[in-house]
Amino acid sequence: MTGSLNLWLIPLVPFAGFLVNGLIGRKLPKAFVSAIALIATIIPFAQVVKIWFQFSGLTLPYLENHGTWIWTGNFNANFTLALDQLSMVMLLIVTGVGFLIHIYSVGYMAHEEGYWRFFAYLNLFMFFMLTLVLSENFLLMFVGWEGVGLASYLLIGFYFLKDSAVKAGMKAFVVNRIGDFGFLIALFLLVAHFGTLSFGAIFSAVAQHPEWQGGFLTAVALFLVLGATGKSAQIPLYVWLPDAMEGPTPVSALIHAATMVTAGVYMVARTHPIFERSPLALSTVAFIGAITCFFAATMGLVQTDIKRVLAYSTVSQLGYMFLGCGVAAYSAGIFHLVTHAFFKALLFLAAGSVIHSLGGEQDMRVMGGLRKKIPITFWTMTMAVFAICGFPPFAGFFSKDEILYQAFIWPHGGKILWFIGWVTAGLTSFYMFRLWYLTFLGESRAQTHELAEQGAAVHARSDSKLVVEAEHTHGVHESPWVMLGPLVILAILSVIGGFIGVPAAMGRHDEIGHFLEPVLGSVPHAAGESSGLELGLSAAAVAIGLLGLLVVHFMYKVKPELPGKLATQFRGLYSLLLNKYWVDEIYGAVIVTPLLLFSRYILKALFDRGVIDGAGFAAGMTAQGFGAIVQRVQSGNIRSYAGWLAVGAAVLLIAVYFGFTSHFPPQ
Amino acid sequence: MHLVLFFIFGGLCVAGALNLLFQRHPINAALSLIVVMSSLAVLYLLLGAEFLAAAQVIVYSGAIMVLFTFVIMLLNAGREDRTHGSKAAYLVGIPGAAALFATLVYIFLSYRTPLGDAGLGNYLVTTTDLSKVLFRDLLLPFEVTSVLILVAVLGAVVLARKEH
Amino acid sequence: MVPIYYYLILSAILFSIGVGAFLIKRNIISVFMSIELMLNAVNLTFVAFAHHWHQVSGQIFVFFVMVVAAAEAAVGLAIIIAIFRTRATLDVDRIDLMKL
Repeated sequence: MTGSLNLWLIPLVPFAGFLVNGLIGRKLPKAFVSAIALIATIIPFAQVVKIWFQFSGLTLPYLENHGTWIWTGNFNANFTLALDQLSMVMLLIVTGVGFLIHIYSVGYMAHEEGYWRFFAYLNLFMFFMLTLVLSENFLLMFVGWEGVGLASYLLIGFYFLKDSAVKAGMKAFVVNRIGDFGFLIALFLLVAHFGTLSFGAIFSAVAQHPEWQGGFLTAVALFLVLGATGKSAQIPLYVWLPDAMEGPTPVSALIHAATMVTAGVYMVARTHPIFERSPLALSTVAFIGAITCFFAATMGLVQTDIKRVLAYSTVSQLGYMFLGCGVAAYSAGIFHLVTHAFFKALLFLAAGSVIHSLGGEQDMRVMGGLRKKIPITFWTMTMAVFAICGFPPFAGFFSKDEILYQAFIWPHGGKILWFIGWVTAGLTSFYMFRLWYLTFLGESRAQTHELAEQGAAVHARSDSKLVVEAEHTHGVHESPWVMLGPLVILAILSVIGGFIGVPAAMGRHDEIGHFLEPVLGSVPHAAGESSGLELGLSAAAVAIGLLGLLVVHFMYKVKPELPGKLATQFRGLYSLLLNKYWVDEIYGAVIVTPLLLFSRYILKALFDRGVIDGAGFAAGMTAQGFGAIVQRVQSGNIRSYAGWLAVGAAVLLIAVYFGFTSHFPPQ
Repeated sequence: MHLVLFFIFGGLCVAGALNLLFQRHPINAALSLIVVMSSLAVLYLLLGAEFLAAAQVIVYSGAIMVLFTFVIMLLNAGREDRTHGSKAAYLVGIPGAAALFATLVYIFLSYRTPLGDAGLGNYLVTTTDLSKVLFRDLLLPFEVTSVLILVAVLGAVVLARKEH
Repeated sequence: MVPIYYYLILSAILFSIGVGAFLIKRNIISVFMSIELMLNAVNLTFVAFAHHWHQVSGQIFVFFVMVVAAAEAAVGLAIIIAIFRTRATLDVDRIDLMKL
């Protein structure tokens, strides 16, 4: 392989796009802004595709060093970019899906103020995410890690005049920060033990010491898990993701479905040599994944905002990915990451298309009957719904089943994990089809403007009133092709995307698993070993998915008054789910409020005002008092000055003579 | 002989100084200071500094003290009253001066043996010797002092000018 | 033969009298004259030591002291004249504008 791959272009071109749009985008017409943003995204995508075609000729991992960053005696860190199979997969997803979403945003955000700002932030996000994926050491990865959190904050709070959006942005950032704290502790431990943060160095050191089991590696792994739960919205740090729906829908699609939230999964997969040495950490990952998966799915059952359902669905699917990594089937987790990127991005974009058609309406209770009115959106979203529910031959089927199968054969409590995942598959099917029914099928429930205004997305106007888009009141219409094009492409990918990972049990060769094998190791079972079990489990999963569909059909089509009756009958349970188990409130009461009180009354009043200001004040008063005394010397009278001078001279003379003349004794 | 001369002119110095101290009218003080200067010139001669003795008479008694006298006459300074203006000067200053004197005397007395005698003609510095150093090794400071005098002249003229 | 320390003690006496005069006198010009007395005392010390060490640098220093004293006397008296014009007094205790 001759010539350099110029990996550095991949993150830096979007960064250049960010700079141009950020600095002068305000003055440019919208066409220019879109052009710059799209160019800044298609160039990395083209570069990645080009690398893909050259991939078989490369020696891997391919490293590109761009200079020294930190160079102290014991610790070095460089700007090194690395390419291997795992990062190749991630790059394709990030640049590809990212590019499609950029195209979509041109249409979706066409009427927004701050258009240039949106695209600038979006490009900034791409830069950080690509840095995260391409980095060869933990430190550069952390830069990307933090950066995507920053971009997420900026984009969630895009409608900055809306209070709830601002709060959601802050919540996302703060919760992410808690995770980042864990990540940082892990980094410190790594530096302490290995003296370096380079992946290559650390993993080869771990490989050379098979006697290192548990101990500090467990500590590192657990802290990394904390970081991952923050970024990938797992228990206990998932609370920011539902609120993050305040941001524009393309943001939800790109950041909170396809890319940023998968950074945690990517990180676990990348650092799997460390996790391999700590069964405790792996089990933690698996159980967190499984429990989050179930938990979030239950919350998604009763939500009324279309984007909220999808948000909880994202948390739940991320739980699947975590589960996959937790049972050491890293390639299965990554495979699900890939398919999830396709269908979840599609779901969000299609939801955005629905919202756009309805002029800003997001509440599913007033939707319905949209199948005939926005057919393309309907059909693409249907593809996505089938994919996420795991029906063959759509993409989600193969990836989810791989994870569930690996969970089942995992020796440490795998059956429980499988069971939780299996039940969740049923719940997933339920809430997705419920969404599908409420939105597209049945009769239109679009009524008065009151309900419409309650759920309307607010656009960042200079007057911060909630205004429904005036120009869409002339009826529901399909979105423009600039928005539908990406939907179609993603729908196609959702259908065929699973074929890269068909296991041997079903006749193919699990291409993606083998592709990732040099990086992630082989899956702990030989493919094709127990194909009967695998087929049986897949069938069970499909069965429970169909069960969910049937229940929804029954509840929402055959007997439409049933949901209401169930809600009133099981009021306690319903309210528990609707209020998200009051987790936010619990966090607020247990963590946030005591912290705030402590800061306000003890740290502010006592320490800040009392000790610190008091010390300063006391120092000042002392100086002032002392000065007042010394001031009396300055009487203006020359004679008194002369007197003090005489005394001073005498003292000096005595001090010098009797201090120094010990060297020269008089004779 | 040397000793006698020393005591005469040393005594004149001290007497003049004490007179300066006790006289009320500044013109008397100025005149006694002239006496001190001239006696000091003789003492310089005894110590072999002939150029300095001449300079002392010409510059100090002849120019500076004349300047003082002119200013006293110009400003018509009169007798001064003996009142107390500052406590610090007496309470702190007089003991300070006494301490200074005591220390100096003590130091000089401790070193009297190593210092030895000043014989007449032991060490004579001719004008040639002095000028050799001044115009060769210390040329720069010498030139700088001329600038200094120029500045002083200008300053004196500016400061003492009548405001129009 | 006069021991050198006689000269030194003489200069100490002159110096102390100068300090005392500085402290006691009320007329500004008298104060100034006491300063000149102190300078002269120091000159005597320098010449005495120059004689002792047989070095001419002591006398050079006296030379420079004289020059500087002359300049200082000129400027100082000019200042006194200026002060007298504005404040019409030569009393040291009355000129205390630099009081805090």
